[in-house]
Amino acid sequence: MAIISFNQPLKNDFFLLKISGKYKADMGQFFMIRKDSQSMFLNRPMSVYDIKKDGIIFLYQVVGKGTSVLASCKKGDEISIYGPYGHGFPLNVKGSIALVGGGTGIAPLFYALKQLRKNKKLKFIHVYLGLQKKNEFESNFNDYTDSLIVHYGGFITDYIQYEKYNVIFSCGPLKMLEKIDRQAKNHGIEHYVSLEGRMACGIGACLACAIQTKNGNKHICKDGPVFKGEEIFYYE
Amino acid sequence: MSRSLEVQFLNMILKNPIIMASGTFGFGREYAEIYDIEKLGGLVSKGLTMNPRKGNPGIRVWETASGMMNSIGLENPGIDAFIQKELPFMKSLNLKHIINISGSSLEEYIQACEKISNENVDMIELNISCPNIKDGGIPFGIKQSTTRKVVKETRKVVKVPLMVKLSPDAENLLKIAHVCEEEGADAVSLVNTFKSFAIDIENKVKVFENTYAGLSGPCIKPIALRMVHEVSKSIQIPVMGIGGIMTYQDVLEYLMAGARAVQIGTANFINPKVGEMIIHDLEKYISNQPIENISEIIGIVD
Ligand SMILES: Cc1cc2nc3c(=O)[nH]c(=O)nc-3n(C[C@H](O)[C@H](O)[C@H](O)COP(=O)(O)OP(=O)(O)OC[C@H]3O[C@@H](n4cnc5c(N)ncnc54)[C@H](O)[C@@H]3O)c2cc1C
Ligand SMILES: Cc1cc2nc3c(=O)[nH]c(=O)nc-3n(C[C@H](O)[C@H](O)[C@H](O)COP(=O)(O)O)c2cc1C
Ligand code: FES
Repeated sequence: MAIISFNQPLKNDFFLLKISGKYKADMGQFFMIRKDSQSMFLNRPMSVYDIKKDGIIFLYQVVGKGTSVLASCKKGDEISIYGPYGHGFPLNVKGSIALVGGGTGIAPLFYALKQLRKNKKLKFIHVYLGLQKKNEFESNFNDYTDSLIVHYGGFITDYIQYEKYNVIFSCGPLKMLEKIDRQAKNHGIEHYVSLEGRMACGIGACLACAIQTKNGNKHICKDGPVFKGEEIFYYE
Repeated sequence: MSRSLEVQFLNMILKNPIIMASGTFGFGREYAEIYDIEKLGGLVSKGLTMNPRKGNPGIRVWETASGMMNSIGLENPGIDAFIQKELPFMKSLNLKHIINISGSSLEEYIQACEKISNENVDMIELNISCPNIKDGGIPFGIKQSTTRKVVKETRKVVKVPLMVKLSPDAENLLKIAHVCEEEGADAVSLVNTFKSFAIDIENKVKVFENTYAGLSGPCIKPIALRMVHEVSKSIQIPVMGIGGIMTYQDVLEYLMAGARAVQIGTANFINPKVGEMIIHDLEKYISNQPIENISEIIGIVD
């Protein structure tokens, strides 16, 4: 059990949730969190948005029962948190990189951006965000990126200047990831995707989150959530 | 036995009556990274079949009030890969390992049981909730006739203790339990998940591609506990209680109802260290009780 430091509502049903304590995680890893409630039985996977000295921050959007329960949490409430789990984005990348996020897929990219800033081998880091509407958290990215491109409605994938990049990290709806992957292949870009899936255990024991890949059945929580794009989007 | 949680189940001495249930604990590796699982009395492997299985397509888990539904579809590496890659790890643990076996035909059950029995495992748990493809897809454990066949034939090849895991969907649970005893099962465990249904009302479609799924978690506990009570009163062989255990109080209820040990499933997903927590709580409980050993409360409630 841990204590909530704040649960701040943003526009469009997004929230920033801070849980106090000391945390460590690789970029792209996630935690399983749960508020004790009649209408929330299983833990929910949430990516690391940011880690501070005195706590961890998640960015989530209310999409159903569980996230509604989270939205009702107040400062000082107790909450269960387990993790970090899974395999995140690779640290050891070179050249120029784009981070592309759609909707709640934006969450892991802020922590990734901050971590990538420590990588001196990178020439520049660009961030592309696709959202339905303008939101308060966008501007946080400005402090760490060389260029921030935000697009509202439509497809963020139409705005990516693929020829500029050696590496892309992406997270968001599967359709978005697939579109990026096709372009990445055409441009010879190393592409890493972070996937979402329904989970129960979050550690590879229940086999709820199986996905067919080029290399057979994998489990998003344990083998992922980050995979090489080519492993997920392959054509026989 | 000293003042302790130690219990005897058939020929096995368990450090405590806490065993992790099939399909919720993998082969132990993931949880071993989270806590010292050798504190447990035992663990049951993921359900294994003769050949590898990819499991079911579509949604595999669905949350429900105080519980969950699953339709994993027995994804597993198959017996041979299990024996090579996972069994050595399970055997290396200082706890009792139980191997859960499934099949979609009688022949498959027999082959799988024979192979695994030859590995000299601590115990085999026979999952008879699998659909019998030759018999219209009705699970073996629903009818007495198919239960009898599968227990009789597997008993012939199993040289280690054999425990049959009963389905709560059985046509007549008590008669099925008797059939298991008559055909030479050493023990029974109950219950497996309940057949259940969920609808996605937004899209007006069924949630699971396989239509029905298995319900587990605290929502099944009072029914499962009643079944354990009834079965343990009516057969001589020992009973392992399963269903919805979340706390040490739940464990005590199962023991008092007649179970000699219990299995914990879904609770592992809610709190990955639930095994450690429950054992700790049971130790505290027994230190405040006028009894020497936890076994003294087994079946104490009529
Ligand atoms: C590794 C990982 C990291 C994630 N990180 C974040 C994050 O940082 N911020 C965030 O807002 N969300 C994140 N998600 C998604 C989040 O877990 C789901 O939105 C949440 O579980 C939905 O719960 P619910 O009860 O509110 O929705 P439900 O009532 O269960 O469902 C509402 C809708 O959400 C969809 N949904 C349900 N569960 C999931 C799931 N596990 N993944 C994707 N869609 C789902 C359903 O299909 C449905 O359309 C992440 C998911 C994964 C797997
Ligand atoms: C995700 C999941 C997978 C399961 N897989 C198996 C299995 O492979 N074989 C089996 O005999 N039982 C399986 N079960 C049933 C459990 O072992 C247990 O009997 C049931 O869940 C009831 O206990 P619980 O309420 O503590 O979870 C599974 C249950 C769940 C939730
Ligand atoms: S959520 Fe249980 S295996 Fe991935």
